[in-house]
Amino acid sequence: MNTNASLRLAKPFGAAVLLVVAMLSGVPSHAADAPPTHPAPPDTLQQRIATCTTCHGVHGEGTPGSGYFPRLAGKPATYLTRQMQDFQNGLRKYAPMEYTVRQLSPAYMQEIAEYFSSQQVPYSHSPVPAVSAATMQRGDELVSKGDPVRKIPACASCHGSQLTGVEPSTPGLVGLPYDYLSAQLGSWRTHTRATVAPDCMAVVANRLSDSDITAVAASLASRQLPADTHAQAAGSVTPPLPCGVLGATGDGT
Amino acid sequence: MKWLLRLLLLIVLLAALLLGWLFFGGGHRPTSPAMSKVTAATLQDPALIARGEYLATLGDCAGCHTAQGGARFAGGRSLATPFGNIPVPNITPDRETGLGDWSFEDFWQALHVGKGRHGELLYPAFSYTSYTKVTHDDALAMFAWLQSLPPVHVPSTASTLAFPYSVRKSLTAWRALYFREGVFKPDPAQSPQWNRGAYLVQGLGHCNECHAARDSLGGTSGDRHLTGGQIPMQNWYAPDLSTQQNGGLEGWGAQDIVDLLKTGRSAKGVAFGPMADVVATSTQHMSDDDLQAVATYLQSLPPRTPLVEEPQLFNAKAIVQQGEKVYTQHCADCHGKDGSGVAGVYPPLDGNSSVTEPTGLNATRMVLLGGFAPVTAANPRPYSMPPFAQQLSDSEVSAVVSYMRRSWTNNASVVRPEDVSRYRHTPID
Repeated sequence: MNTNASLRLAKPFGAAVLLVVAMLSGVPSHAADAPPTHPAPPDTLQQRIATCTTCHGVHGEGTPGSGYFPRLAGKPATYLTRQMQDFQNGLRKYAPMEYTVRQLSPAYMQEIAEYFSSQQVPYSHSPVPAVSAATMQRGDELVSKGDPVRKIPACASCHGSQLTGVEPSTPGLVGLPYDYLSAQLGSWRTHTRATVAPDCMAVVANRLSDSDITAVAASLASRQLPADTHAQAAGSVTPPLPCGVLGATGDGT
Repeated sequence: MKWLLRLLLLIVLLAALLLGWLFFGGGHRPTSPAMSKVTAATLQDPALIARGEYLATLGDCAGCHTAQGGARFAGGRSLATPFGNIPVPNITPDRETGLGDWSFEDFWQALHVGKGRHGELLYPAFSYTSYTKVTHDDALAMFAWLQSLPPVHVPSTASTLAFPYSVRKSLTAWRALYFREGVFKPDPAQSPQWNRGAYLVQGLGHCNECHAARDSLGGTSGDRHLTGGQIPMQNWYAPDLSTQQNGGLEGWGAQDIVDLLKTGRSAKGVAFGPMADVVATSTQHMSDDDLQAVATYLQSLPPRTPLVEEPQLFNAKAIVQQGEKVYTQHCADCHGKDGSGVAGVYPPLDGNSSVTEPTGLNATRMVLLGGFAPVTAANPRPYSMPPFAQQLSDSEVSAVVSYMRRSWTNNASVVRPEDVSRYRHTPID
């Protein structure tokens, strides 16, 4: 007997066993207890945070088709918690997120962040607008080498050599949609995204030209994924700028 | 002709006098803390301060007097009203920007009479229409607590009130219409518990400031007390708190009211929108005795018919039929085909006052926005509802909300797609 055949047989057999067990355990008497209702939802965090997963996916995979809602899976938990705090206190502006997290406790935010951080789901690519070869080349350069003339550090100098992020507070940039990436870089310049001072990403975003933003977002969004998509270990990079989220103080030390 | 000229002159003179009085008249000297009848030692009494903290929490002072991401009680934000933005002041004891130089007499004059330190009329966005009922002792405790806070330097934002509202003296007329000064008078015919509840609800709790309809001048009339109303600018509907059927608290037991205020959820419904904030920052911290008192008082409010007219729709039946399909697909898994919800997890929609309130605003906006139930000590990891704004069109939302409002024991008006479109674009917060 091959395996498929035993599976075919096992199913009805299993169902019969379940039925007998159900009958023996006195299911009919249950019907008299209360008017029949639908089953109670599972007591899991995933069930509790349905409002998050509608846009960010059940496993934090994002909504690649929408081109906007970012992937959360595998991002460092400390980074994710910080984002929720920034939405709460208005440093980061996006009304639906501010509304959703407005009164979550630090403990609950931490738990939610750890849930998404620990998810491992395949990456998927979002559509990238057609850009010229020169633009793509400029983007690739900014990502891996930066632009020393305009003091723009390479993305990789903070976000990891494979751009998969660095524990505990630096997010990965691979697998994010073009629209999301360019919107974030723009929002650092319009002060609708900020974080604790010194806000190094605000400094970098303000050194980018409009065409640089297009270039770098296109390059990141069309990048091939590395074999290992985990964030790099803490302390494995030396950031070229003082960053408040990495523990630097406001005086640039 | 001469008499006409004289008459004109007289009118001009009177107008000038009136204007002068409007802009410059009515002075009042503040009482310095040194001149106050309340000594510094009194204000430092730890028992008084502790009681003041409880009362300030119950009154949810922080709810308005704290900016997003700002220090608690330090103001520095604006309150949006249909008449313009009103700055919310810093009430920490900072000498320059807060209440550092205030005496209790100044504080009492603001809370009880609705006048600032210099006798200026305060805008009723500061709900002195309710706070006037607070007793002298309770006001003193709150003042002691506020003065015990660390001072935080936060200047006020700018007012954007339009003329004539920008002239404070214009409030003289408003006050004559809507403001009755006076501490709460207990009703000897009622129990002490009822009186305590009435005192908290009508006074510090300032429930009526949201739970009553406001007219075009922003006032609430006495006979519509707690009968529910649309919250200006925020576009949520604060439901009728009387025992009215369809939209009121008909069928709610005292325990349901206590549960909602204490934990954010109850067998009858869950707090959301602005009430979720009120539960999280204020009512969950109330003592059980006070919560019971509030419930006793609310349960004594007689049903009163709502004022809202039902829109006449030629295709109401078709809308409801379409809504049943949407409901089965998107809502029934959690809220049940029969709208009964799941006890302690998902609220029932059958008999839920926020489903059947007169406007349909709450159900519409909940379907669009979703969100978490309040985070409270009793429910620290609440369940949440998904937002459907991206998935459902205006007509689908109008259909499913209309279906909920017409199904089971519910009997409320249908909601039109154009209403959904309007609420879809209401700014959050």
